[in-house]
This record gives sequence, C-alpha cells and structure tokens, in this order.
Amino acid sequence: MSVLLVAEHNNKELKPFTLNAVTAASQMDTDLHAVIIGNNCGDAAKKLSELPLVKKVIQVEAAHYENFVAENFAPVIVKLAENYSHVVCSANTFGKNLMPRIAASLDTSQVSDIIKVISADTFLRPIYAGNAFATVKSKDPKKCITIRPTSFDPCESSGGSAPIEKAEPSEEFNNTKFVKREEIKSDRPELGTARVVVSGGRGMQSGDNFKLITSVADKLNAAIGASRAAVDAGYISNDHQVGQTGKVVVPDLYIAIGISGAIQHLAGMKESKVIVAINKDGEAPIFSVADYGLEADLFEAVPQFIEELNKLNTIQK
Amino acid sequence: MKILVAVKRVIDYNVQVRVKEDNTGVVTENVKMSTNPPDDNAIEEAVKIKESGKATEVVAVSVGEEKAQETVRKALAVGADRGILIKADGILEPLAVSKLLQKIVEKEKPDLVFMGKQAIDDDCNQTGQMLSSLLNWPQATFASKIEIKDKKLEVTREIDEGLETIEINIPAIVTCDLRLNEPRYASLPNIMKAKKKPIEQINASDLGVDTSPRIEQIKVEEPPKRKAGIKVKSVAELVQKLKNEAKVI
Repeated sequence: MSVLLVAEHNNKELKPFTLNAVTAASQMDTDLHAVIIGNNCGDAAKKLSELPLVKKVIQVEAAHYENFVAENFAPVIVKLAENYSHVVCSANTFGKNLMPRIAASLDTSQVSDIIKVISADTFLRPIYAGNAFATVKSKDPKKCITIRPTSFDPCESSGGSAPIEKAEPSEEFNNTKFVKREEIKSDRPELGTARVVVSGGRGMQSGDNFKLITSVADKLNAAIGASRAAVDAGYISNDHQVGQTGKVVVPDLYIAIGISGAIQHLAGMKESKVIVAINKDGEAPIFSVADYGLEADLFEAVPQFIEELNKLNTIQK
Repeated sequence: MKILVAVKRVIDYNVQVRVKEDNTGVVTENVKMSTNPPDDNAIEEAVKIKESGKATEVVAVSVGEEKAQETVRKALAVGADRGILIKADGILEPLAVSKLLQKIVEKEKPDLVFMGKQAIDDDCNQTGQMLSSLLNWPQATFASKIEIKDKKLEVTREIDEGLETIEINIPAIVTCDLRLNEPRYASLPNIMKAKKKPIEQINASDLGVDTSPRIEQIKVEEPPKRKAGIKVKSVAELVQKLKNEAKVI
C-alpha cells in the first residue's frame, strides 16, 4: 500500500507547506502519490509532479473545487483512499478543516498534528498546548494523518517528473456555498516560514503602537506575529496570531515584545531557535523560555533597539 | 429553531499541566477542571441567538465521566435550557465522540450543532468536522462571526490567510473560534436556577456505539526543556549578544 498526500495550493502554485507535508508523508512510505483538487490547477499540478519524492500525481478538476470547500473535497479523497494505506495533509486551517471529514467517512480515528514519524503507524504529537508529547500508534487499517509543517523540512522542489493522471470529480455538495475570502496581502515573509518573527502583545497598548513592531520587522526582514490578547484587542488581524489555536512558528529568531507569555502563546513559539523577550514585568512567564530577556519599558527599549539595528551593517535583506 | 451545543470538560487553561511519572498520561487528580474555552463561546452564541428570538431551545450535551455533569450544569447556568450527559469512562477519541453525538442529533433533531473548534487537552480539532461528515451536513469551522438568514447561516471563518465567508444551509455544524463572542459569567441567581434544570443521563453503552480506542497511547513524556536563558541589562548588550553570540542578526 502507499501514501496519498493531499496537496494544498491556490490553483496556480503549491502552498509552501505542501513541501513539508511531502517530506513527512515520504517517511511513512516511499511509495508516495499526491492528489491535487482544484479548478484550472494545471500549473500547480505540474509543480507537484516535479517534486522528486512524488511518484504519481492525481489531478481532479471541476468548477466547484475552485475554493477548496471541504464538503466538496472529502468524497473525492475518500474514493481514492481505497488504494492507499495513509492519507496525509498539513495541519493548517486547510487540512484541519478537511481531514476529519475524510477520516470519519473512512471510519478512521485521525492522528492530528504530528511532529515526528516514528514508523508507518507510530507518531509523536504534542498535546496540552505542547506541555506533553504523546507517542501514539494507530491501529486503524487506513490512517488519516495531519502533520505540523514546521516540524518537517520542505522537500526538494525540482528535478522530478511524476506522471499526472486525471481522476473524475465527484458531485457538488449543494448545502455549502463559498462567498468570499479576504486575504491579507503582504510583502513580508510568511509568518509560518519566516527566519525571523517579531511579535507584539497586549503591552503594545494600541494598534497604532504596532508601528514599532513593524519597524523592527522591517529592519530584520521579519514576519509579524501577535499574541491572542493583541488580536482580541483589535491591534492586528487574526492571521498574525501565534499560539495553541493560531499559528505555530519555529523561526531562527523570535522577538516577543510586550507579551507576557501565556501557556497558549508559548505553545506556538517555544520551539524557536533563539527567543528574545522585551517586557517590563520581570516575572512574566515569557522570560522562562527566553534566551535573552530584557526587562524594560518597551516604549523606551524598542526605539533604542531600532537605533542599534540601524548601526549594524550586517542586516540580512 | 433548536440548537444543540457540545461541551467538554478539560483541565483548566490556566493550569500548568504535568506529565505523570509513569508516562501514562498527565496528572488530572486534584487539578482544576473547566469547560473547554471555545465551547464557552459556542454556548454563548447559542444563548444569544435564543435571546434574539431566532431559537426556541438550547440543549447542552457533554460526553465523559460522571463529573462532566458540572460542565453541563455550567452551560445551564449561562442560559442553556436543559442538558444531556452521555456517560463514558476512559479515553474517548473524537471519532467515538462524534458517533455518540450523531445518536443524540438523531434523537433531538436540532437545526444547528455548535461546539468549540478544538479541545485544549488533546488538541485534536476533529469532532465537529467528523460529526458533520457522519451526518452529511455542511460544516463551518473556526467561526468568528455567525449571521442567521432565514434557513441559512453566513459564517466568517478564521483561516491562515485571513478570513473566509461561506453560506451554509440549515441543518449545519458550526465550530467556534475564541473570537466569536465574549462569554458571559453565570450570575448567582442563574447558578441557583440551573440546579433545577433537567440533565438527562444516558450511558454511552446504551447508544450502540463502539467507543473503544483505535489509537494506542504508548507513552506521554515531558517535552524537551529549553536551557535557561539570561537577562541582559541593556538594548546595546542585547544587540551585541544577538550578533556575536547567537549570530542571528
């Protein structure tokens, strides 16, 4: 039996985390096929076929796949799953929405958000916001697995030439209709894959003060993150939230500014290589995970930090 | 319109979870338990819809040990009309829970089922989608805004890229994000009143669902600890350390 990877894409290009999911899936079985479901998604299907780890691409197209509605996607994958031992996808909002719908149809108990493949049926996954790691073994004949993309390296993206087969679409699910998507466009690196992330919390006190975060991020070519408190307070939009129920990030450098460090926030960033915390409360839990802590008023420290960064000539752009 | 809301009893979100010494799980004895936080948002939304006159009944349901009754009772104290407790011991996987909830949906025939988008204990994020799959109903996951329009819901969903809006026909499942609303606190008079509201108890074994685990939990361990960091005295020292010691800028 082989592994079926569900590709995430925007009909033109693969989403970057598809490459991380391919790496994870290939560790379950090297006989790896990938399905791409969309509308006029030939370009993305071709890119998928160029991943050397992918042995075959299955392309399924119909107008009702344009907007990635899980109710439309699930029946196609359930049908294809007959021929596979594993169905794999990234544990981001696309995969989280879709995979359980597939798993329930297959009467499989899904294993969510794995961070390590121990063997074809045994996986490591964080529970309790990453405060414990569970080693779990799936006893179902078919396995439905979502993987935490930041825990796997992206696979090689060129050099392969897998055959692309077309498969029949399934009928449209008429009770769900896509209306619109409001994507926040940015020239910055994506939060999930950025080398440096600069995050602000409730300590920023206003959306306007987030300009300080933006200035630091500009200097370091960083993505901008936020704690849930900052998003809830309306300082910044939800797509910046880092934490248990937001995004999990693993950058080389994570700078937490005005963030106290609730368990739920730490769950999203504590695997970062180097963590810096700037907070005026010396007792804040963020300092317990910080490699470098600066106990200071952020409104004094951050402008100084920007000034010091200006003095350096080595900033990567 | 009738709304069924599923609530889960979990270790309180403020508790620092500890792994058991024998690596069989986490310590739950003498630990504060609460309603799974986004389930509070689910109850709040259902109660608000009822208060606006668009729903006639809100039923809270929980699956778990006897003590999960407290979680149902709390839902009653913030406005649910009656409760159901499906009694089951041991580890319940989301697949088993969704099958049990399916039985309750078949019996109660609600128009909407609400629940939190994720439980903060097992962090699975599966039950709502699985229930929706079993019932072949539409699903609106990670909802941060719900508008009722006749026999439809317009739901704004929080996705990685920003926000997405979908329209779903009733009956439907909605899994709620923490930003959907601000859950109210139960007032003392309402807590007293909730004690008189009925909670029906059903044994999971009487519902004809096989709830035995499909996933073997081999061990639960502490995550690797970060080595302790240092406090720097000034911004200049911080920048110097980042450049020369950590070499990340």
